[in-house]
Amino acid sequence: MRLFSSTVGRKNLMALSGQALIAFVVMHLLGNFTVYSGALNSYAERLHSLPLLVWSFRLIMLAALTLHVFYGAIITLENRAAKPQAYAVTKTQKATFASKNMIWTGSAIAAFLLYHLIQFTFSGVPGRDLFSRPDVFGMVVQGFSSLPVVLVYVASITALFYHLSHGIQSSFQTLGLNSEAAMPFIMKSAVIISLVLFGGYSSIPLFILLGAVR
Amino acid sequence: MNLALFVWRQKSPADSGGLQQYEARDISPDMSFLEMLDVVNEDLIKKGIEPIAFDHDCREGICGMCSQVINGTAHGPQEKTTVCQLHMRNFKDGDTIYIEPWRAKAFPVIKDLVVDRGALDRIIQSGGYVSVSTGGVPDANAILIPKADSDRAMDAAECIGCGACVAACPNGSAMLFVSAKVAHLALLPQGCVEAARRVCVMTETMMKEGFGNCSNHYECQAACPKGIKVSFIAKLNREFIKSLAKPSEAL
Ligand code: HEM
Ligand code: FES
Repeated sequence: MRLFSSTVGRKNLMALSGQALIAFVVMHLLGNFTVYSGALNSYAERLHSLPLLVWSFRLIMLAALTLHVFYGAIITLENRAAKPQAYAVTKTQKATFASKNMIWTGSAIAAFLLYHLIQFTFSGVPGRDLFSRPDVFGMVVQGFSSLPVVLVYVASITALFYHLSHGIQSSFQTLGLNSEAAMPFIMKSAVIISLVLFGGYSSIPLFILLGAVR
Repeated sequence: MNLALFVWRQKSPADSGGLQQYEARDISPDMSFLEMLDVVNEDLIKKGIEPIAFDHDCREGICGMCSQVINGTAHGPQEKTTVCQLHMRNFKDGDTIYIEPWRAKAFPVIKDLVVDRGALDRIIQSGGYVSVSTGGVPDANAILIPKADSDRAMDAAECIGCGACVAACPNGSAMLFVSAKVAHLALLPQGCVEAARRVCVMTETMMKEGFGNCSNHYECQAACPKGIKVSFIAKLNREFIKSLAKPSEAL
């Protein structure tokens, strides 16, 4: 299939899976915001009363991530091989820190994802709340009471910020969903979305650490 | 003005090569960059040193032969300008200038600053054409083309095939070059017939020749002496997606 073999096809797959992952990241953040309203436990209970939804979502995400990481690694290796000798003097004009380090910010996200799943998903919720529901809120507050843990979270979310500050606009270019007139708008919106995600995600561990949420 | 040059010297493709320091003395700011190198070469010949080999032909910015990375920028510091059209007034007395060949796996160095850009020709041979049946000469303007389309096709057709996009790309990708040809022909009624086959075959040949994938760094557009834009790469991407509707045998 050309979609899987062509250089453009593989980038299309990366861009599509990337956009699916972005959709997840946005939804996950909206869900997490229930930490602030105090509805996290009922949100979690409701979500897990729908196993079919949860599991089809997880499978789609796993497929998207596998595709994304697989081609990300292959493409990066090919690109390195295509430029075997560096210039004595390099002066990039348009490439950014984000665009040049996609594989590293991506790997940081992958490592974080594993840690995050082990911490909150695989190990199960230890306690129960007053309504004898799994106390997800208590687990999260407990987890973020440690400074090193919060630092790991903020650093990983910074990596996500960089990954998306290039990735979002790049995905529109890759899929051809743009025009010269629309591109400045897409570029700006991409950075704003990345910043909002950064602010939203890092606020939760920071506020908990500072004792503002309990 | 006087300048210190660090120039890549490499005797042969097999030689490992290295930077050599030379002085450029009494250079007029009105000289082109290549004329400056001519002066340096005269001096080297007098001293019994092998002159610096570099590619050039028209020296008026249209052939795409000149190809040097100057202080890390393909074609040097002036925007939309080939090396041959770059004037020494862009530099100051006492400047240090690094001159290196295009670097990419698909562009092996032949000697000093001269690289083999045959891979670009092979990409064109694979699909950068329209098939026409010979016969009587068709009437001019027998096929009407909207002005906006023909203008945009002409913008894409400005590519002179110098390879600066590849030299500037951190991935050594030739996507800007390929997209210019794909867009140029896909925009015209004569070319859009074979558009699906063209985009598939040309990008495939690009990868076979050892160029990299496009990461949308947009370095190519910044380096292009003809101002070819990355919006043509988006156009190529759309042409590819359209081609997916056709089975491979139909291409
Ligand atoms: C889990 C580990 C991840 C790795 C190893 C990874 C790796 C990469 C790499 C190497 C690229 C650049 C490909 C190129 O153009 O050269 C890329 C692009 C991208 N990534 Fe990731 N990534 C990861 C996770 C994510 C996540 C979680 C998201 C979204 C929330 C995401 C969204 C994107 C997007 C939108 C692009 C742009 C695709 C394009 O250029 O068209 N990535 N990724
Ligand atoms: S020598 Fe022809 S473009 Fe520079």
